[in-house]
Amino acid sequence: MPHLDAAYNLARWLTRNEHDAEDVVQEAYLRAFRFFDGFRGGEARAWLLAIVRNTCYSWLEKNRPAEVSAGFDEETPPGDGAGFDPDMMAAQGANPEAIALQNAHRRILNQAIAALPLGFREVLILRELEDLSYKEIARVVDVPVGTVMSRLARARKLLRQSAPLRAMSGLPAAEVKQ
Amino acid sequence: MNCRDALDLVHGYIDGELDLVKSLEIEQHLGACAACKVQYDQVRELGSGIRAHALYHAAPSALRARVAAALPREAGNGARKPAWAWWRMAAAMALFTLLGLGFGLALLRPGAEARLADEVLAGHVRSLMADHLMDVASSDQHTVKPWIAGKLDFSPPVMDFSAQGYALAGGRLDYLGERGVMALVYRRHGHVINLFVWPQAPEADSSVRSDTRQGYNMAHFTRAGMAFWAVSDLNPEEFNSFVGLVREQLASAR
Repeated sequence: MPHLDAAYNLARWLTRNEHDAEDVVQEAYLRAFRFFDGFRGGEARAWLLAIVRNTCYSWLEKNRPAEVSAGFDEETPPGDGAGFDPDMMAAQGANPEAIALQNAHRRILNQAIAALPLGFREVLILRELEDLSYKEIARVVDVPVGTVMSRLARARKLLRQSAPLRAMSGLPAAEVKQ
Repeated sequence: MNCRDALDLVHGYIDGELDLVKSLEIEQHLGACAACKVQYDQVRELGSGIRAHALYHAAPSALRARVAAALPREAGNGARKPAWAWWRMAAAMALFTLLGLGFGLALLRPGAEARLADEVLAGHVRSLMADHLMDVASSDQHTVKPWIAGKLDFSPPVMDFSAQGYALAGGRLDYLGERGVMALVYRRHGHVINLFVWPQAPEADSSVRSDTRQGYNMAHFTRAGMAFWAVSDLNPEEFNSFVGLVREQLASAR
């Protein structure tokens, strides 16, 4: 089964739920199979991930429409994203002494990524976990290459501003340049 | 370049997506602007944190079975769908991946390797640009080697090929792939060859992989726990013969 891990990883991060991710992946593979005639060569993984991503979006629009647009606005300065609540994560990330520092950091980081608005989360996952090039990401997300870079920049800024992550690593907040 | 541009471009730079000119511009800016350098370091740190700690959700085996079971059924109903095309593509890709692994490149993901190649090339171009080709100018390997000893945590092989027309001109410290590396400088008819050397995690020796980037010839391989990257504007024949000499010398030294 080609690229099943990549497909599941993306679906799992976008739906944030194991069962939903499995349903989405199965549907995406059926779609890929059906539309294989539409495959015009190039990177097969990017082509498949584009289908997985679109299937995720259709699924989310139907089942959790609020998440699709939540906190995602390319124009507003970082930190103003509605639906992205660092304080909520701060509460969950309390009591780091109880667990190994490494585990705490890992958990908090994963929560912070999961809390990112969908449009930022997807470019971050495709870049950092799937190691896709900007060109491939542009193809999957269907935006110009330049937008990929600015979205990644925003995604990383949002992550660095998340309070618990800052507390863990001692990093100062990303400076907001206007 | 102003800070506003730099703070955006830093992401393309870290992701290995900038062309050489933009990369050099941003390096220059980062060298001069402490504030942007801090931002750069933090973004980099975040990136390695994510890659080290973010969960990669591998597909459960049940899903694999489930999707596999769903597909042929669909194919049966769909009649004329070319099911074999999908699977043949999968098989071809699997084979391709295996071949890639066979070349001993399991450690370097394609993206990582391309980024490293960019860094090597940038290192070469910078060495010619900034009038900083050599830290120690000597054609004597017995001068170059001890000079390195105090500066790096490994001892690279220093070879001279004057007899074959590729004279050792000196050595330089450089920084590639997030570590200090040795750059050995050779000259051939006025052309400069940079040979970058650094220790690689113990791994099988690999054969030579060649590439041309922006008019420069590049070749790299792994031998006896060291990674070797050669880059030059020399013509391909002479460049390849240089790489051959290096490999012969290393083989006979064992």
